[in-house]
Amino acid sequence: MRKERPKLLFEISRPGRRAVRLPENEVPETEIPAGLRRKKLTLPELSELDVVRYFTRLSQLNFSIDTNFYPLGSCTMKYNPKLNEATSSLEGFSGHHPLTPMKFSQGSLELIYRLQAQLSEISGFAQASLQPAAGAQGELTGVLMIRAYHTHRGDTKRRKMLIPDSAHGTNPATVTMAGYEVVEIPSDTEGNVDLQALKAACDDTVAGLMITNPNTLGLFERRIEEVTKAVHDCGGLVYGDGANMNAILGILRPGDVGIDVMHFNLHKTFSTPHGGGGPGAGPVATNEKLVEFLPGPIVEESADGFRFHMPKHTIGRMKAFHGSFGMLVRAFTYILSNGGSGLRELSEIAVLNANYLKHKVSEVFPAKYNRTCMHEFVSVGKLSDRVHTMDVAKRLLDYGMHAPTVYFPLIVKEALMIEPTESESVETLDEFAAVLLKVAKEAEETPELLEQAPHEMPLRRLDEVYAAKNLVLRAQDLAEVEL
Amino acid sequence: MNFDKDARYLESHEWAKKDGELVACGVSDYAQDSLGDIVFVELPELGSSFNKGDAFGVVESVKAASDVYMPISGEIVEINGDLEDSPETVNSDPFGAGWLIKVKPSNPDELEALLSADDYKRFTDGLDS
Repeated sequence: MRKERPKLLFEISRPGRRAVRLPENEVPETEIPAGLRRKKLTLPELSELDVVRYFTRLSQLNFSIDTNFYPLGSCTMKYNPKLNEATSSLEGFSGHHPLTPMKFSQGSLELIYRLQAQLSEISGFAQASLQPAAGAQGELTGVLMIRAYHTHRGDTKRRKMLIPDSAHGTNPATVTMAGYEVVEIPSDTEGNVDLQALKAACDDTVAGLMITNPNTLGLFERRIEEVTKAVHDCGGLVYGDGANMNAILGILRPGDVGIDVMHFNLHKTFSTPHGGGGPGAGPVATNEKLVEFLPGPIVEESADGFRFHMPKHTIGRMKAFHGSFGMLVRAFTYILSNGGSGLRELSEIAVLNANYLKHKVSEVFPAKYNRTCMHEFVSVGKLSDRVHTMDVAKRLLDYGMHAPTVYFPLIVKEALMIEPTESESVETLDEFAAVLLKVAKEAEETPELLEQAPHEMPLRRLDEVYAAKNLVLRAQDLAEVEL
Repeated sequence: MNFDKDARYLESHEWAKKDGELVACGVSDYAQDSLGDIVFVELPELGSSFNKGDAFGVVESVKAASDVYMPISGEIVEINGDLEDSPETVNSDPFGAGWLIKVKPSNPDELEALLSADDYKRFTDGLDS
């Protein structure tokens, strides 16, 4: 049955209807000066039941990993264990004010200290700072640290940051924000960094390289040590984008292959909520070269217990207080509840699941690079001149499955990027593969079914061009739009 | 797919064409087709100067935002203001009404060094295989 779009609060508003009655004022009212008064204020007027029904319906329309399969490539939409919620709502954590004196905060400080150590151990680094609030902020942190490192050595002619053409768009954005110039490095025929082009770009104006491994094609950079060496040989440093860490936990430590600083997406690899949830958390870990440039405060252990500490040449704070602390508790819980061997196992299953699915759908949706993939793979979703990747994605919604990532990475035309994660059973993977193949058959027999999809959603195909050109940012402008 | 014979090309999919003393520049049919529906075009200030290969603007579609690069060095003497209201012209007529800028070239010889329509077509054929 097609789901109905609930009427908006503004549409069901009736003058005079109300949910609460405010108590009588106990203090004399003061008039707001006429010049400061708003002439018109559009607020919906509703009964309590109206509001309850509205939000309950919205919650039923919600799409989440708790309800459906969510193979959104590059996003690692893994299950967020409920145990994380139990620990992070313990009152000692959830009710703890960040300005509480350190001697009354020892439990929370110890958690930060131990999580710093866990992330450093997992990635092969000397120290971690849990300050950054998200992956992109972690990237900016790392690049600012690299800049501070060069500046501190008086090496000021390094203005360029090298970025492979398969990178997430946040990488060039980060570099520009940090005041550096982006130099794009092409991929080779296997989907890895073109080593020759990289070497040609390496000189004494290069501040460093930002690299994601496995990369956004879901492929392992086979010659990662040669890549990092080429950058080090010209005096640059290597930033590791940890977006795809879910494929290598307990298998490869980025610090061991020449990465100098990296971030983790706790909301991807370490199962804290995202995709409309969150907030994110993007801790950064680094080796001895950069350890004194980390943002602070970080927690250290002393004879008097745990305490905050600012590294000697710190780039400063990246966030008020101590990072997304509730997320730190969840990630800590996840790491402890899996343990070292458990983390390795989940990466192995994430890779196995992706390869299983890649194999099952390859006849109709061939992978762009026919290699063993890591935790995700990139296929071509275009099925004919009429049926494009976007049509396949929209049709999947009718089958109750979240669409994979589409049209990314940019270097693959008509990309369909699938990441099942380790959370899913073989039955779910089989079902998804069957639906994908069914959709491909529909594309052959009844292409209009795909061109007009989705059919079962509260709203039909959205006009993206119209939406991008005609922004409606206020509810009162909604009348101008046909939904 | 059209490849305007009168234009010269960059591998980053911009074209350049003589227009009297000036050189008109835009993005190729291949580029607009790959980008999909274009919803926004950002153009440089009149009078600004760029070197060949510099990013001079941005073309944004529902799929991606892409920098566009100078096929030739010089000063920007005209910009296509119509694209502010109707960026979709780049999709419908990339080599004509969808032009982006006109440049007063500082070194007109640079034009000859760009790819011919045939070479550019061969280059794009290689991208799709």
